[in-house]
Amino acid sequence: MIETHALRRTFTSRVGPVEAVAGIDLRVQQGEVFGFLGPNGAGKTTTLRMLSTLLAPTGGEARVAGCDLRRDPQGVRRRIGYVGQRNGTDPQITGRRELEFQGRLYGLSSAQARTRARELIGALDLDICADRPTSTYSGGQRRRLDVALGMVHRPPLLFLDEPTTGLDPQGRARLWDEVRRLREGGMTVFLTTHYLEEADALCDRLAIIDHGRIVAEGTPDQLKRQIAGDVVTLAVAGDQARALALLEAQPFVREASLEGDEVRLYVERGETAMPAILRLLDGVGLELRTIALARPSLDDVFLRQTGHSLRDGEALEVAA
Amino acid sequence: MNLARDTWLIFGRYWLLFLRNPVWVIIGIVQPVFYLVLFAPLLDGIARQPGFPPGGAYNVFVPGLLIQLGLFGASGVGFGLIAELRNGVIERLRVTPVSRFAMLLGRALRDIVVLMIQALLLMLLALPFGLQIHPAGMLLMLGLLALLGLVMSPISYALALWLGNEDAFAPLIFTVSLPLLLLSGVLLPLSFAPGWLRAIAAANPLAYAVDAARAIFNNQLGDASIGIAVAILAVLALAAISAAARAFGRAVA
Repeated sequence: MIETHALRRTFTSRVGPVEAVAGIDLRVQQGEVFGFLGPNGAGKTTTLRMLSTLLAPTGGEARVAGCDLRRDPQGVRRRIGYVGQRNGTDPQITGRRELEFQGRLYGLSSAQARTRARELIGALDLDICADRPTSTYSGGQRRRLDVALGMVHRPPLLFLDEPTTGLDPQGRARLWDEVRRLREGGMTVFLTTHYLEEADALCDRLAIIDHGRIVAEGTPDQLKRQIAGDVVTLAVAGDQARALALLEAQPFVREASLEGDEVRLYVERGETAMPAILRLLDGVGLELRTIALARPSLDDVFLRQTGHSLRDGEALEVAA
Repeated sequence: MNLARDTWLIFGRYWLLFLRNPVWVIIGIVQPVFYLVLFAPLLDGIARQPGFPPGGAYNVFVPGLLIQLGLFGASGVGFGLIAELRNGVIERLRVTPVSRFAMLLGRALRDIVVLMIQALLLMLLALPFGLQIHPAGMLLMLGLLALLGLVMSPISYALALWLGNEDAFAPLIFTVSLPLLLLSGVLLPLSFAPGWLRAIAAANPLAYAVDAARAIFNNQLGDASIGIAVAILAVLALAAISAAARAFGRAVA
């Protein structure tokens, strides 16, 4: 459904060229929900905008929904639905009118557009707000209207740019259900997210993107399996580096690193590693302050592939 | 996709939005009406001076006022577009197969229809002051204004798309349109101007539009100035439309 080769986009800024997307090779199969996971600024949205004809690539090739992105952008536009981060609806116009207008834009007659709008209003549970101006919508209603707008012409491929950002947990769960229903209906969905839970829960396959490059790709399980075993994080009262040096040398520790003021260990089996760690630290007189055992999450995958945590990136951005 | 159908669709959307706030018609002519009521009477005395174009104060001033309406009315339409860039409407339109020409023309047509309504109102309001005009002249004037709208509204949209925010757009529009206005002879005829000012004005397309409008209101419907103004505006309109349509195609919100 999507195939790209060395797709890239360079922006020119005052400080020189910035590589937002530095050569991406992707294959998205028909009927799958494919996720693009990465922190803000990783190049997710830029890639999505290129694939949906909004932004011209500065290099590389892509076929989207059977059409060449460069040679036949009109063909791509006819076959894709796109839901951007912003709503794209006029605050003064009702949801129903927006849906009808969207249908007309894709070539439906007014009667067809009315029928289709009615179907989508029912399918996405918009009955109570369909005849109100969109300025009165809740966040969840607005997002569902956006998804409905992207589906008016029954595209085989739907792009969703951070579909659940800004939604409350309830709205998020509801949108996840919608996406699953779309897949059951045979639609291919390409979505970007910076939520690990979302990528994990929703995507058949995903690519982890950082600094404009894909650093890992696979099913959520495949990716988690790359980090075999369990993750132990601990902190000692004294010198973390000393604890690290000690633990790194143990045969049951596959990998160890210092993350801030915590030691992070990848171990074969957490249940047997924990008592051994306790004994070791006790033996050299290092007082343990905290210790935690976890199954690997996508965040661990992300951390291992990129050297920084996805959550750190978020925290930094909020602080900035 | 069919350009005419797409244009009609886009026009329909923006016409609907206009009908939700028709008060903008009035807001748009408040300023020209002030000129009509508070400034034009000053010209009554000057109109008798040698050098003032023939036809009486109102038949000289109102055509200029109409051109001013076209200049200021249509050059501000980009503000609405900037809001739509921000809320994602333009992006949404750009991923549909809708023609980029239609995205521009549909909007510009709406602007021109609004301009026609305002121009008619202004002419009606000027009648009791002593404006004299024949139906044929009125139609020709509306046609000339429509052509001016087809120049100004695409320019405004193109600038809005290039700049992307009001902070840069507003000062640019005002800085450019004021000298255009002053050099067009709208307020006082350029026949009073010193030679150097008249030389600069000769490069102002708006001055030709004002000349043509005055010829129309002076009942000289066959005057050469009308053909010249139409030709200049038509060329500018084509250039503005193609630049703005390209900007719609490239716009990155």
